[in-house]
Amino acid sequence: MKKLFYPWLALTIALAIYGFMQAWFIAPTEATMGNIQRIFYYHFAAGNLLCLFFFANFVASIGYLIVRRSNPTRAQKFDAFALANAEMGTVFCATVLVQGPLWARPVWGIWWTWDERLTSTLVLFLIYVAYLMVRRFAVAGQTQTLAAVLAIFGFLDVPIVYMSIRWWRTQHPAPVIFGGPNSGLDPRIWTAAFWNLGAWLAWGILLVGVRYYGLGREQARQQRQAAATREPAWEAAR
Amino acid sequence: MSGWKQFTAHLRKEFLLEWRSRDAINGMLFFSLLIAVVFSLAFDPTAAASRAIAGGIIWIAVLFGIVIALNQAWLRETRHNVLDAIRLAPAEPALLFLAKAVANFVFVTALELISTPVFVIFYNLHPLGESWKLLLLLPLATWALIVNGTFFAALSLRTRNRELLLPLILFPLSIPALLGAVQATTAILTGTDSPDLWMKMLLAYDVIYTVAGLLLFETVLSAE
Repeated sequence: MKKLFYPWLALTIALAIYGFMQAWFIAPTEATMGNIQRIFYYHFAAGNLLCLFFFANFVASIGYLIVRRSNPTRAQKFDAFALANAEMGTVFCATVLVQGPLWARPVWGIWWTWDERLTSTLVLFLIYVAYLMVRRFAVAGQTQTLAAVLAIFGFLDVPIVYMSIRWWRTQHPAPVIFGGPNSGLDPRIWTAAFWNLGAWLAWGILLVGVRYYGLGREQARQQRQAAATREPAWEAAR
Repeated sequence: MSGWKQFTAHLRKEFLLEWRSRDAINGMLFFSLLIAVVFSLAFDPTAAASRAIAGGIIWIAVLFGIVIALNQAWLRETRHNVLDAIRLAPAEPALLFLAKAVANFVFVTALELISTPVFVIFYNLHPLGESWKLLLLLPLATWALIVNGTFFAALSLRTRNRELLLPLILFPLSIPALLGAVQATTAILTGTDSPDLWMKMLLAYDVIYTVAGLLLFETVLSAE
């Protein structure tokens, strides 16, 4: 795994540079919005990837709960993977929430509107920040199980949040209507969008990989410490 | 012991404890009264504005009341290590969760039955829609908040900053339920929309989270 780091880093940088060229020099300037539209290439990537990383967190949390009694070593790996993915998804989610207003202010004329996608993304962000808070507050030894349960509850909420906010906004239409990337777009726009998606996916996988490796070392260190000081630690926990 | 007997035993214990102390009910009641007063002073609404905002204020008062009540609900079990005794007992943990949720549901419903008339008086409410639907809406929305709240209160029981953590988890996750409750109540009060869609959504929410809570409670109770 460790050997992969530098080749993957090189791939990520190469993709990022190529994606940047596509987005800034090859893709045409959008007719009505102008250069501000180019933020779309990064927004599209982050917006799709956050779903991917949160889904990976959900799957890893289920995996943790299934094997936590039968195979503790593998369970630890699942837990590290779940945490790394939740953090990465939260980073992408925060990115999307910052990029959106930056684009909306010149185009819509407002920073924020309670539109269905904006609101759902914000709620998703709040849910996963709560997840990371629980990981921080829980007492050592229970963190992983409690976090895994909460991850499942959080992910179950995603479709409900999306549907409910959709109904909310269908009843009261949003003040600004966004045309969206409709058909008949210049194909170069899609090429640029997908190269950037690839680049940020590679970046996300790189960070998840590094974090996963670091968490594994942290777990191993804690286990060594616990083994060395088992009796006093047990007394202190009471 | 059969499942039903276990359930009623837990339920009886909950009611007995609450009857002797009346901590949760009194705390919630006074708190929601304060919310009604404070919001009324802060906004000083007209009759039409009251109808539009009262749904939101009632449910915010209920949600805060639930947080107050549920922080106490599991704390009782930690005194004298009752929770450890329950874990050792040959009983189904999911039934303990269900009994706790049902008991708190009864307490919060009692709170709503007392505090809703207070809101009606303070905000001069005169519902324009089908007000009988409130009788369906109240239990649906209350159960949605209670079932998640009871579960998360158990989850945050053995963490640092317990009182702080419960709202931090409960509020983001129950946003759909809160939205549904507020929208349906406002629809009934103003009489402009039909609350049916929201009530169906709340029903689905109730079913999903009751099942998830029953399935995962044992994991939370015996998390080591």
